[in-house]
Amino acid sequence: MKILYFAWLRAKTGTASEEVSPPPEVTTVGALMEWLAASRPGFAEALARPGVVRAAVNQDYAQPDDPVRPGDEVAFFPPVTGG
Amino acid sequence: MIRVQREAFDVGAELAALTAGRTDIGALASFVGLVRDHADGPITAMTLEHYPGMTEKKLAEIEAEARARWALQASLIVHRYGRMLPGEPIVLVATAAPHRAAALEACAFLIDWLKTKAPFWKLEETAEAPRWVEARASDERAAARWQR
Repeated sequence: MKILYFAWLRAKTGTASEEVSPPPEVTTVGALMEWLAASRPGFAEALARPGVVRAAVNQDYAQPDDPVRPGDEVAFFPPVTGG
Repeated sequence: MIRVQREAFDVGAELAALTAGRTDIGALASFVGLVRDHADGPITAMTLEHYPGMTEKKLAEIEAEARARWALQASLIVHRYGRMLPGEPIVLVATAAPHRAAALEACAFLIDWLKTKAPFWKLEETAEAPRWVEARASDERAAARWQR
């Protein structure tokens, strides 16, 4: 599974992109966030601020209950500020 | 049509190209977003980060939604990424229709939706440390008025 981080989440986690193999019980965006946070203090810190971290699965916005599968591209980022 | 690019663009040339050879268009509306030199304090430059792939996908969806809601004859979104200086254009949205109401409404819709749905993030350079721009509740409200 490919994980991408954008904007200040990239700075917080210290990486723009990583390949991960979560355990089989990680089947949702929310579970993946918790699993990643366990070994990435910067990500855990970002998650501690409620409602700030947004997610996308395979380039579509996703909610914590949405499924993730091996091979997915999952991105985490703060609220968008373009335009 | 949508374009995501690093280079600056010429608003006049973009609008001219959009209507070139067309004699059926009665109304052309446009919005241009520019880098300001001041927000909470002086800004020396701005860097736009984006999510290559998803950005294009979301802009295409946003444009398709506008074309579904209004009978547009042409539409264009050009959004830049990378580092820009105050005064430089960031984004251009343009819509063409037989009459002004559809063009103006669709143009407002496109920029309102783009601001809350297209994956871009602004980093402002100031005299102190660079800072990431926070999302604004007013942008959410502007987008919400188009919600169906």
